[in-house]
Amino acid sequence: MTTIAVEHETLSTAQALNRALRDALAEDPTVLVFGEDVGPLGGVFRVTDGLTAEFGEDRCFDTPLAEAGIAGFAVGLAMNGMRPVMEMQFDAFAYPAFEQVVSHIAKMRNRTRGRVELPLVMRVPYAGGIGGVEHHCDSSEAYFAHTPGLHVVAPSNPADAYSLLRDAIASPDPVVFLEPKKLYWAKGDVALRSGREPGIGTAVVRRQGTDATLIAYGSSVPVAIEAAEVAARDGRSLQVVDLRSLVPFDDATVCGAVESTGRAVVVAEAAGFASVASEIAARVGERCFHSLSAPVRRVTGFDIPYPPPKLEHLQLPSVDRILDAVDDLQWEDA
Amino acid sequence: MLLDPDGRPTAAGKGSLPDAEALLRGLAGMIAARRFNEQAGVLVRQGRLAVYPSSYGQEACQVAAAQVLADGDWLFPTYRDTAAAVARGVDPVEVLGLLKGDWHSGYDPYERNVAPLTTPLATQLPHAVGVAHAARLRGTRTVVLAMCGDGATSEGDFHEALNFAAVFRAPVVFFVQNNQYAISVPLARQSAAPSLAHKGVGYGIPGEHVDGNDLAALLDVLSRAVDRARTGAGPQLVEGRTYRIQAHTNADDATRYRSDDEVTEWAAKDPIARLETYLRAEGILDDTRAAAFAGAAEEVAHRTRDGINRDVEPNPDDLFRFVYAEPTPQLVEQLAMVRDELSREEGHR
Ligand SMILES: Cc1ncc(C[n+]2csc(CCOP(=O)(O)OP(=O)(O)O)c2C)c(N)n1
Ligand SMILES: [Mg+2]
Repeated sequence: MTTIAVEHETLSTAQALNRALRDALAEDPTVLVFGEDVGPLGGVFRVTDGLTAEFGEDRCFDTPLAEAGIAGFAVGLAMNGMRPVMEMQFDAFAYPAFEQVVSHIAKMRNRTRGRVELPLVMRVPYAGGIGGVEHHCDSSEAYFAHTPGLHVVAPSNPADAYSLLRDAIASPDPVVFLEPKKLYWAKGDVALRSGREPGIGTAVVRRQGTDATLIAYGSSVPVAIEAAEVAARDGRSLQVVDLRSLVPFDDATVCGAVESTGRAVVVAEAAGFASVASEIAARVGERCFHSLSAPVRRVTGFDIPYPPPKLEHLQLPSVDRILDAVDDLQWEDA
Repeated sequence: MLLDPDGRPTAAGKGSLPDAEALLRGLAGMIAARRFNEQAGVLVRQGRLAVYPSSYGQEACQVAAAQVLADGDWLFPTYRDTAAAVARGVDPVEVLGLLKGDWHSGYDPYERNVAPLTTPLATQLPHAVGVAHAARLRGTRTVVLAMCGDGATSEGDFHEALNFAAVFRAPVVFFVQNNQYAISVPLARQSAAPSLAHKGVGYGIPGEHVDGNDLAALLDVLSRAVDRARTGAGPQLVEGRTYRIQAHTNADDATRYRSDDEVTEWAAKDPIARLETYLRAEGILDDTRAAAFAGAAEEVAHRTRDGINRDVEPNPDDLFRFVYAEPTPQLVEQLAMVRDELSREEGHR
């Protein structure tokens, strides 16, 4: 199907997601949006604001308060011709749905030798940086990325929020769509479009640089860009790759970027042990070994439960921590 | 209902009201709970608390839940049940630790047998059943009272907990505060059951619903359930019908999903006014006593305010201290890194 960028608008990430849902609902009568408080309230982050009023209760609706039910219900809807887009209210509140996600959503295509497709999207506001209390700031991407059968994406700006959500809804496979909470209010230019285009799976070089490559996704992209800006003032040129999609993983773009600089730091907010950041570091280490002048470094959250609001600044990758890691990359002039 | 919204004993109430001492204690508790809710509301507006889910209007449920328990019994509260934890004797400042953002749970659960405030809905209910079963195995006559909201009764854990409790005849009382909403979702969209109390039937658990703004009725129903559990007759489900007068939390805008008229209607059924009217009419409560209750409530508010306004810098070491009995080698390394960063920052200043 063709993609035509029809217009541009300045939107916040939350508004861009809202617009993506609205456009998908308008274009495809099988798209259904549901979850907890997504109806008249418009979601606790207002991502579904106005959708029930515009499209009616059959298209955007509140469910009973039960995440396993929501996810299992989505499976059935998708089995019978619908394109469900469900919302989990917060990262940690998706855990009751885990059984449905891992044992059914991820496996249905494989179990049925390709007969049963589940073109569904699970939207999950994720990560911290908003002063949230426990269970409201988890970075749960590793659980999903580790589960074969799921696509996992995480936008870092309003434009990608819009296009990735359109892609996710168009995808023939289930997509876990991670929305960085602290970026909901950030504004940016968004290219709107019509039509379906399954386009998940491409990373992008967000900022050009020659000395080292920072690899980030979702909530950690803005801090990586900020670190690159600070480094530039000190005469060091850092490149920033925004993954956008964790699964599928864009090895070509990532390796191309790393090979062009010969050094790499992975930046991610989740605890580092057995994480997506570890997977990225391992892949880069294996594939770009001969271009690397130093081992790949990771700047991640510590291996602890997400801290309470008063201490969360210690957990989040900071500009200083990123630059410390960059400094460690065995520079000849050091 | 034992007392109607105007504070008059109903037909059922005549002759079966709890004794005057219990009612006075309940009134004092509710006045303190209301004042605590108001104080926490002010503190969240001042930015001293990260968030506050208020039980304003639900004080009868909050106080009754604590009052029907004996000393060694257990209470399992949710995020909204801070006033119940305070009524049970937990330090109000410690109770608010979670919501202030200092730590995830601000008090020692073993001190007053109050489990940590639980946010993932209904997940504390199976724990309550486990605690109750262990109490039986250990030969203590402990009862566990586990709280949740109307919305939480839709979660799988609610149902699994009820079933476990029934199968093991565990001494648990499940107390659902039906405050008519789960954030924006009204009860009618949450459940098609004739009542939430009916949810016990399929598990073989007696269910009872009660006016959740009538402290007398709550004390009556809940103490009978607790006594019954203590004798080994098994669990019970109690639905208290009340109303969340304020928004879900300070971050919520309730005007998006409910009318002012509805709130006004429920405000007229206030649990405190009702009991106070009755106790005054009966000559049980006089101005001196009422002033003493208000004074004690003020004391709680004062202590809360003072404690929350006193900033104790949380210790970064704590992030690494309690993850395991012994920190892993990796955590030891990571703590050293944080300390190094902090001392370098110190050096820059
Ligand atoms: C498992 C889980 N899902 C979602 C949430 C988000 N959430 C917090 S409170 C709430 C509504 C709960 O309603 P109810 O059980 O009626 O309790 P009330 O807040 O009215 O006291 C929701 C959806 C959560 N805390 N846990
Ligand atoms: Mg409720």
